[in-house]
Parts: sequence; C-alpha cells; structure tokens
Amino acid sequence: MRLSLTDVVRVAGFGLRSRPLRVFLSALGIAIGIAAMVGVVGISASSTAELDRRLSAFGTNLLTVAPGQSIGGVNARLPDTAIGMIAAMPGVERVSALGRTEAKVYRNDHLPPEQTGGITVFAARTDLPAVAGTRVTSGAWLNEATANFPAVVLGAAAADRLAVVRTGPGELVWLGGRWFAVVGILAANDLITDLDYGAFVGWPVAAAELAFDGRPTTIYARARENAVTSVQPLLGATANPEDPGEVDVSRPSDILAARQETSKTLGALLLGLGAVALLVGGVGVANTMVISVLERRSEIGLRRALGATRGQIRTQFLSEALLLSLFGGAGGVVAGIGVTAVFATVQSWTTVVPLWAMAGGLAATVVIGGISGFYPALRAARMSPTEALATT
Amino acid sequence: MTEPIVEMAGVSKRYGDVTALHDVDLRIERGELLAVVGPSGSGKSTLLNIMGTLDRPTSGTLRLDGFDVGALTDRAVSALRARTIGFVFQQFHLARGVPALDVVADGLLYSGQPRGYRRSAAEAALRRVGLGHRLTHRSHQLSGGEQQRVAIARAVLGDPPLLMADEPTGNLDSQAGGVVMDLLRELCAGGTTVVIITHDRDIAAALPRAVRIRDGRI
Ligand SMILES: Nc1ncnc2c1ncn2[C@@H]1O[C@H](COP(=O)(O)OP(=O)(O)O)[C@@H](O)[C@H]1O
Ligand SMILES: [Mg+2]
Repeated sequence: MRLSLTDVVRVAGFGLRSRPLRVFLSALGIAIGIAAMVGVVGISASSTAELDRRLSAFGTNLLTVAPGQSIGGVNARLPDTAIGMIAAMPGVERVSALGRTEAKVYRNDHLPPEQTGGITVFAARTDLPAVAGTRVTSGAWLNEATANFPAVVLGAAAADRLAVVRTGPGELVWLGGRWFAVVGILAANDLITDLDYGAFVGWPVAAAELAFDGRPTTIYARARENAVTSVQPLLGATANPEDPGEVDVSRPSDILAARQETSKTLGALLLGLGAVALLVGGVGVANTMVISVLERRSEIGLRRALGATRGQIRTQFLSEALLLSLFGGAGGVVAGIGVTAVFATVQSWTTVVPLWAMAGGLAATVVIGGISGFYPALRAARMSPTEALATT
Repeated sequence: MTEPIVEMAGVSKRYGDVTALHDVDLRIERGELLAVVGPSGSGKSTLLNIMGTLDRPTSGTLRLDGFDVGALTDRAVSALRARTIGFVFQQFHLARGVPALDVVADGLLYSGQPRGYRRSAAEAALRRVGLGHRLTHRSHQLSGGEQQRVAIARAVLGDPPLLMADEPTGNLDSQAGGVVMDLLRELCAGGTTVVIITHDRDIAAALPRAVRIRDGRI
C-alpha cells in the first residue's frame, strides 16, 4: 500500500507542527542562506537593469578628449583647430567642447578670493547638452542669445556649494569680477564629474569678459554606434597631430561597465557567503531531524505496528525534512525579494529579481532537505519496531 | 476457515545469551479469547511481539492467518500487520495534542483507504467503545481509561481478525480496567480473536483460556 501524496504531506506537516519552535529555528537557518543568495542576485540584477537603463539613456558612443598631464603640468590645452578636425572625422556625428577659464565664482562680491569652493568656470558651447547628454533641472542651457551675456549655468554640485536653488535674472553670482545671472542648473552627473563642479558661461562672453583664449580643454564627440571603436584610437592624433601622446581619450560609459565588473566580484563573494549560510542551515536541519528520530521512537514503533513499512517510515521523515527546508526556502525567497526591494527603492532603482533566482533558491532547499533528511530517515526506517516501542 | 489464526511451532527467541522464549508451540483458533499470563520478565511481551510480527524469532516458524511470516518481505509483513492485527499497548501510545478522531483514523492510515472513509470509520469505532462524546478531545484531556479505549478503537478499526493487548489494564485503576476488559470481551463476542497479556492471575482466571508462561516456556 502506498500513501497518497496528501497523506504524506499531512503526516509530515503534523510531525513539524508538534515541535514548532525547533522547526522555526532550523527553517530560519535555511531562510537566511536563501535570503542572502536571492538578495545578492536580486540586487545585482536590479543594479544591472539600472545600469542598462542609464547606458541606453546616456549612450555608449560618447567619447571625451582632453589634454594629458603635460610635462609642465599647468594649463594644458588642446590646439584650437582640434574641434574642427574631430568634427571632420568620418564616423563622428556631433562635437561640442568646454574650455577652462581662470575665472573664479563666488556667492557674492565680499567673500575672500580664496573661497572658491572648488568650482571651475568653463566656456561652453551651446550644443553641449545635445552631445554630452546633460539635462537641466531648473531654467535652461545657454543659447545663442544668453551666450553673449553675463549668464551662467551651474553644475548640480556647484549650485549646491553656492547655495543657489533658483534660476532667473534676479539670481546673481559674482563671477570673474562681475555679476552673472544664473539661467540654469544641471542635473547631477556622476559620470562626467567636470560637469558637476562646473560653472558654464557662453564662449563669446568668456572671450570678452574672462580673458579666455578660445582653446578647448575638453572635447565631447558622439560617434556613430558602429564607428566608436574605429574612431577612438584616432582621436589623439586628430586632436593634436604634433603630440598625440599628450591627449587623453576616454569613453565615460566604460566607467559604468567597470563599475559593474567590480560589483560582480563583490556579488560572487556574497553569493559564496550565502552558500556557506545555506550549508550551515542544512546541517541544522539534519540535526533537528536526527533528534526528532530519537525522540519519536515510540511513534515510529506505533506506526510500524499499524502497518507502516520501512519505506513509509523513511518517506515520512524524508518528507518532513523536505517540508521543513522548503518552508525555510520559501521564507528566504520572500525575505530576499524584500531585501532587494528595500535596497533598490533606497537607490531609486526598479526592483528586479530574476525568476531563475527564486526557482533556484527553492530547488536548492529541496536538495538540501533531501540530503540532510536522508540519513535520519534511514535511521528511523532501520529501527526495529520492538526496540522503538520499548522506549517510552 | 478452520485454519487457526496463529500457529507457532518451536519458536525460540534469544537476546545475546538471554533466552526469552524456549521452543514455544502455540495454536490459537479463530474467535478465541485468550490470556497469556506469567510473572514479569517471563517472556510475555516477547511472545506477543513475535506473534504480532513486530519481531522475528531466532528459530521456529509462525503462521499467521495462513501465511508463513518467515517467508515474507518487510513490505508484505507490514501489509499483513495492517490488515490482520490490532495492537493495544500498556502505554496507550496516543499522539499528543491530536483529537481522538484523528488518532483513531490513523489506525487505517497504512491500509490504503481514503481519508474520508478513515474518519467516518474512526467515528463509528469511537462510538463502539463508548466515546462518541469525546471525538474532538485531545489525548491529555482524556482519563487513562478513556485513552486506552481510544487505543482500542484505533486497533479495531478496519476489523482485524486478531487483537493483541499487552497489559492493557496495567496503567489503569481497577474500575477503568474493568471497563476495558468488558470492551475486549464484547469485541471477542463480535468474532475477533483477542489475546490479552497480563501478569494478573485474576484477570487470566476470568477468561476462557489461559496460557501460562514461565522463563520463556509455556
Ligand atoms: N530487546 C531485548 N534485549 C535483551 N533482552 C531482552 C529484550 N527484550 C526482552 N529481553 C529479556 O527477555 C526476557 C523477557 O522479557 P519480556 O518478554 O519483556 O517479559 P515480560 O513481558 O513477560 O515481562 C527478560 O529477561 C528481558 O530482560
Ligand atoms: Mg511485558
């Protein structure tokens, strides 16, 4: 005679319910391991999804060109022909540029000159947002009109330092020895930090008022998606044919990719820790089951007297172990999703937990329950009925 | 159906150098009410365990309901046990915290019957032992006598032809013991073969047949 599946589950469930605290604690061990693993996978998946979203918004085809550390070290600049040369390269779609000035910016005109707040004033071209993908949170970027006037757009961090929160003709900062109106504030940008700590004025007004020589210090170039790899190695020589080694070419999206690589290493480490926790949880289940078999000798004897075969006793204890770790596994998956959701929400990412991680978590608990329940179940089945009944 | 329900021939059981049973021959006819009586340590429980297929003899043969038990596998013996024998133990062996109805219903758990049938049979069995008003009581809410009657209801579920009781009144006062004995007599009158193990000569004397055992010999 075989027991039906519902009878097997019912008997196993009853065995667990009769010692709830111990069952809870050993299920907790499993749950912690599974939660750690699901959480790690979920957080890494959410972060990858966020990265992909940002990469597709930002584009992987932006290249930046800047002068390298020259021997003298001061005020390295690119030749003023560089912008035109790069724009003329096949495969380059659009180009924009920034030029560093020596001007300083202050909140008002009676602050001591050394209180610059680490803000750099740049001459900026009006097409910068279209190329570098910058956005304003308030006001507007420079246009053909404002580029000729004492108007400034502040990077997010720069606005913060200057305590500027609003834009408009009445919102003034002391820049290069005269008042400039703040017409825009940029959104934070953690890929191009120059933009965060910059104050941007028009190319013409910088030349007229701030003694700017018109030579760029950073060139932003959008290449065609399929031309990025062919354009990138040629940029140095194009920007500065006389001294190509003096040019730094970089691809900001590489920073993102590199960040993902480091988070992968960390993720693998945490995954390993989760596996160890799971192993410890499995030992806990085995321990609980061994004790349970010893404590329940008379129950085993009685069941044998009622006609249970060795196989049925084995099945009973094995399914108890499986059910126990499945409880832990289900709890762990839920907790792992919770951890991911909290973490992702705090980072304002979307929560992503891959289905395979959940299914894998549950599958792992079934394997662990099976392994840790196997020996105790075998012991229970081997017990002779009289021996089991003799102990009370 | 003239074949005896139990037939033991030359059965011995040794535990190491202790011989608990010595060359026992015993025949029990269907419908008998029989006592196995002897002092403590004389081998009564050993005899019951072997007769009830819970243990295997060191030597000798046992035929139960026509089957040569020694030739059967664990599976077949378990099935035979489920179908043929009901056990009642001195220590009741009721699961704690489980309603009487479910305790009794487990008597048929290994018989292949569906759960609904098991539960309705359990209810009938509890009524038969006079506990129709205790269906949902849990074991610790019942008196000793009631607990033993629950155990009897579980043992007779599915009408096994043979009921074995090892000191069924050993943990009960004389009044509750009397109720249990009356119940066992009643079951025998209904056609069940009942074997009662006891060290109490008075109980044995009140039954139609008494087998005396001493130092493993009858
Ligand atoms: N599992 C066992 N191992 C060793 N000796 C046992 C075992 N079971 C019973 N005995 C011995 O067998 C003898 C008979 O025991 P038992 O059948 O329990 O007696 P009774 O039930 O008549 O009191 C005793 O001497 C007892 O010590
Ligand atoms: Mg005894």
